[in-house]
Amino acid sequence: MIPADDPDLLRRLLRAKDRMDAASHEAWPVDRLAQVSGVSEAHFARSFKDAFGVPPHRYLLTRRIEKASALLRDTALPITDIVFQTGWESLGTFGRIFRDITGETPGALRKRAQAAANGVGAVPNCILAAAVRPNLTIAVSEKRRRSAAGKTKPRKKQEAP
Amino acid sequence: MSQGVETVGLYVRDQEEALAFYVDKVGFKKHTDVKNGDFRWLTVQHPEQPSFQLGLFKPGPPMIDAATAQSLNAIVAKGAMPPLVLSVADCRAAYAAMKSKGVEFTQEPMDRFGTVDAGFRDPSGNGWKMIQARK
Repeated sequence: MIPADDPDLLRRLLRAKDRMDAASHEAWPVDRLAQVSGVSEAHFARSFKDAFGVPPHRYLLTRRIEKASALLRDTALPITDIVFQTGWESLGTFGRIFRDITGETPGALRKRAQAAANGVGAVPNCILAAAVRPNLTIAVSEKRRRSAAGKTKPRKKQEAP
Repeated sequence: MSQGVETVGLYVRDQEEALAFYVDKVGFKKHTDVKNGDFRWLTVQHPEQPSFQLGLFKPGPPMIDAATAQSLNAIVAKGAMPPLVLSVADCRAAYAAMKSKGVEFTQEPMDRFGTVDAGFRDPSGNGWKMIQARK
């Protein structure tokens, strides 16, 4: 087994991350990602999490939310179009995960972001987009559970993707 | 004399590989290549930017201990080094030329607010944005 900090392995895992970045609206099942990285399916998810701190599926969710947020902010596209373009299976799933991650509804974010837009034109847009990416350090389901449970400490549980 | 930044270095996993990449595929020219034992000071230069050198440095002893060098190589391979920006006159043309030479693009050319940008990585993992200068 290759050590987790082997630069050649990390470089190949980065390729899978880059591919999700380039096409986050596409479906990225583990077998597809593992193939991009030249890693076995059994080892891919763990290796990816060790390298980048989040499981691959959760990383993909943050990218989709980032893209959707940008479209909400920068375009007048209807939310249903944005959901379709950014790779969600349904409006319901999108709305729920969007709220769980960002703490507000897509419509509320659109209003707030458009009101706040100013002064960021000097930063390359591609870099700015990454900087405002949601920082999803826990599973969406866990975040949902914590917010439902108020301040009580959540049960220790197997981490969901 | 003109004052200012003269050299900025990248960490690369293999200097020969990096030199071939930046010269043959991206279009830089070799500027300085000096060896002293295991240490090699290697810089390249953009043909239109004679006042600036891009260093291609391999982390390792005696400058940096082996364990730290391993960490640095890992950080580069994870794409965690700061972004680099290459300014080009025609992003789509540069993309086509570099792609045909086998450059690993992370983002195809995209129109963005009146300009065009693309993304690529060097073999070590350093990430570049290639942005078309505004006319």
